Amino acid sequence: MSASSIALNRFGLGARPGDGVSGDPAKWVLAQCERFEARPAAIASAPSTSSVSATLATYFAQQRMIRAEFGPRRPKPAPSAAAPMTAPSAFMPMTGPGAPTPMTAPAMSAMMAPPAMPGPAGDKPGEAARRAARQLAGKQSRDDYGGAVAARTIAALTSDAPFVERLVHFWANHFAVSTDKLEVTGLAGPMEFEAIRPHVLGNFADMLNAVERHPAMLLYLDQAVSVGPDSPFAARRPRRRTGLNENLAREIMELHTLGVRSGYTQADVTEFARAMTGWTVAGIGRGPGARMQDDSRQDDARPGAFVFLSEVHQPGDRIVMGKRYPAAGEEQAQAVLADLAVHPATATHIATKLARHFAGDTPPPAMVKRLQAAFLESGGDLPIVYRALVASPEAWVTQPVKFKSPWEWYVSTQRALGTTIVQPGVTVGMMNQLGQPVWKPGQPVGYDDIAAAWAGPDAILRRVEAAERFAARAGPVDARALAPTLFPASVSPATTQAIARADSPAQGLALLLVAPESMRR
Amino acid sequence: MLDRRSFLSTGTLGVLASAFAPRIAFARAATNRRFVFVIQRGAADGLGTIGAVGDPAFAGVRGDLAADFATGTKLDGMFALHPAMTASAGLYKQGQALFAHAIASPYRDRSHFDGQNVLETGGVSAYQVRDGWLNRLLGVLPAEEARAIAVAATVPMALRGRREVASYAPSNLPDASDDLLQRVTMLYDGDRQLHALWSEAMATRQLTSDLGQDGGRNAAATGALAARLLKPDNGARIAMIETGGWDTHTGQRGRLAAQLKGLDVMVASLQAGLGPLWADTMVLVATEFGRTVAVNGTGGTDHGTGTAAMLFGGAVKGGRVVSDWPSLAPAALYEARDLKPTMQLDAFIGGAVSSHFGIEPARAMAALFPASAKTAAVEGLVQV
Repeated sequence: MSASSIALNRFGLGARPGDGVSGDPAKWVLAQCERFEARPAAIASAPSTSSVSATLATYFAQQRMIRAEFGPRRPKPAPSAAAPMTAPSAFMPMTGPGAPTPMTAPAMSAMMAPPAMPGPAGDKPGEAARRAARQLAGKQSRDDYGGAVAARTIAALTSDAPFVERLVHFWANHFAVSTDKLEVTGLAGPMEFEAIRPHVLGNFADMLNAVERHPAMLLYLDQAVSVGPDSPFAARRPRRRTGLNENLAREIMELHTLGVRSGYTQADVTEFARAMTGWTVAGIGRGPGARMQDDSRQDDARPGAFVFLSEVHQPGDRIVMGKRYPAAGEEQAQAVLADLAVHPATATHIATKLARHFAGDTPPPAMVKRLQAAFLESGGDLPIVYRALVASPEAWVTQPVKFKSPWEWYVSTQRALGTTIVQPGVTVGMMNQLGQPVWKPGQPVGYDDIAAAWAGPDAILRRVEAAERFAARAGPVDARALAPTLFPASVSPATTQAIARADSPAQGLALLLVAPESMRR
Repeated sequence: MLDRRSFLSTGTLGVLASAFAPRIAFARAATNRRFVFVIQRGAADGLGTIGAVGDPAFAGVRGDLAADFATGTKLDGMFALHPAMTASAGLYKQGQALFAHAIASPYRDRSHFDGQNVLETGGVSAYQVRDGWLNRLLGVLPAEEARAIAVAATVPMALRGRREVASYAPSNLPDASDDLLQRVTMLYDGDRQLHALWSEAMATRQLTSDLGQDGGRNAAATGALAARLLKPDNGARIAMIETGGWDTHTGQRGRLAAQLKGLDVMVASLQAGLGPLWADTMVLVATEFGRTVAVNGTGGTDHGTGTAAMLFGGAVKGGRVVSDWPSLAPAALYEARDLKPTMQLDAFIGGAVSSHFGIEPARAMAALFPASAKTAAVEGLVQV
């Protein structure tokens, strides 16, 4: 690969027709930091945390009303947010782009009308209402999800700062939530848009703070239901099954900051989890914050907003990794988080993942050391870390170092074709088919960033099938001319020959989109 | 199928003819011989195809799967042919079918893809040899005979290599897709990682196209198609047909019967399509490895070792089963579960192909199976 091709493909998201690297490729990459738009038009018109949360809050309020009227549901696991409807289906019918219709109060009361009638299959009272509400909430969530996926894709396709867009995707996967829960389905996109994008060129601690306070994360990793065992809230409900949930605290240490087996203990996790009690979400889910709107005790807390409930907070000092954190309410966990953000183990963890993303599946130790030093010395100032990254010769080796993930491949093909608009259902379905549904890695560790995760026979076959479809729908494109634009001075004779011998322009284009040059970066 | 056939008659044969034309113009073929290699992908159960009904352990260990042989054709004192293979039984009676039993390639593990790679490359372990033995065979044939075609979506491993080969697939996909797949195969040829992935993807794709599907109509059409590609003087002399659906882990009795029916119909339609050329034809049927001797808990068999191979055609010195039978007694099994191989598939193929084309056997072995070059080819399989 030429340095220009590396700048476009390894650091960027692939060239668009007419794109080119001017001047020094490394400078060209870094200059994108000046051009990055945190809130481009596509993102600005996408579903937001507050719009998605308002819909969800209505749903959860409704569930509580049904419960109040008809009593608790039959004892079945996972009541309202059953998994099947939250999972985007492989080929969702196309929905309109962007803007979801906000659920209006009259619409909701219309939904509420049938509950009194018994269901067709001899349902228990209230079951029909529950089902109708669930279906509506599921559809709303899928619409929000599709709109957000389209917004993310359009931002990636139209960006003049693809290096920074790539870093947004990197951080979103680092702070992975997975749309396996109804509450997360619509909120995963807004988390990336509102907690990651604004901080991608800022300080790591600020991004960490924004992510851990976002409702998608608080709900996904169960922080919203965590209750201090000795809190006033628990004391008032001695018979209710409430208590500490360590899920988020553990994943912050293991995945978001320090990294697994980096020296912290189970006791540290528990202490951090105690410190975090009280961090919850207003109006959504089944945590103590969910009922706040009904209670009208906190009028200012909009649904989806981060709230600290002192009555849920575990009283007392905490000791995390040998350091004492005095009782300070919300600030207690905040202080732990601030220390974690600049811990040497965190620097190593982040440096290793960045090096793996840009220099190969086995991160070069010298590069990791350099990035770690940049991170520590700057106190997690991300642009300084990025500069060390771009300055690393290990990231400029001429052999491709990474096998593209399905997302990377898809985005690069669409940029190559000059696509600037995508339909939500199509993009969602395509990413499902290619094997990497957006924001749905299924686990908090996110998608693997190594070739073994993506370089499978069936995966390649799907890319070939997809490429044929893309090429068939593309306008008249001369793949022979496009190839050197996408991979300046880096197209192999075999690819050139295959394109030249194609029996139609579309076939030549399809071959270009699946050529070895297009599969790796 | 109709569209494909009409396309074929007006299109593909013309393309083939013109591709071969320069060599054809003044050439006189050294022989008129035709050779077809039918690969059974998925590990065909040799013991379920040719039952060792004379082995005292057979009926007990095979249970239900042995029952079918009550109506099968008796081949000799030990073996019977599965009753689904009626045309093959007829060929056997005419001396035009030969079966080899307790045979295996050098591969001794139980992965389909590695096993198929060994079977097709002619190596001793997977991914050691970069080209296929059928492609190397082209190198030792007179130029005018060295024309091969894959009756498959892409060029299978056995045909891949330095020599150019044609391919044509009886597929339900649109023609353009088949063509793209072939071109991707070529595009990835020099890329080690993508080439390996793509080969496996194509192999898997083949595994999903069952021979028994569609009441054997697909199989008959494939046989007829291969015959049409082989029949013209300026057509291919060597063809390879891929068959899938042999991986019978469950409900083997019905599935294998359908598979064998498909194979039988394919051979019959090859014979019918080739007409008088059948006298100069040899069809080899082989699989990557066999299946367990014992039936598993779901009426099927699992990956094994020794299996059967078959030769059909007017050129074959048939009407016999070639086997040094190892017995199915528990102590005689390979790793206490599989039919123990007593004949090398390499030597069997080397012997059959060298006699068929009149190549010196040692030369054929050295070219086709270099790692087994010191092994003597099995002689006397073909009418000379």
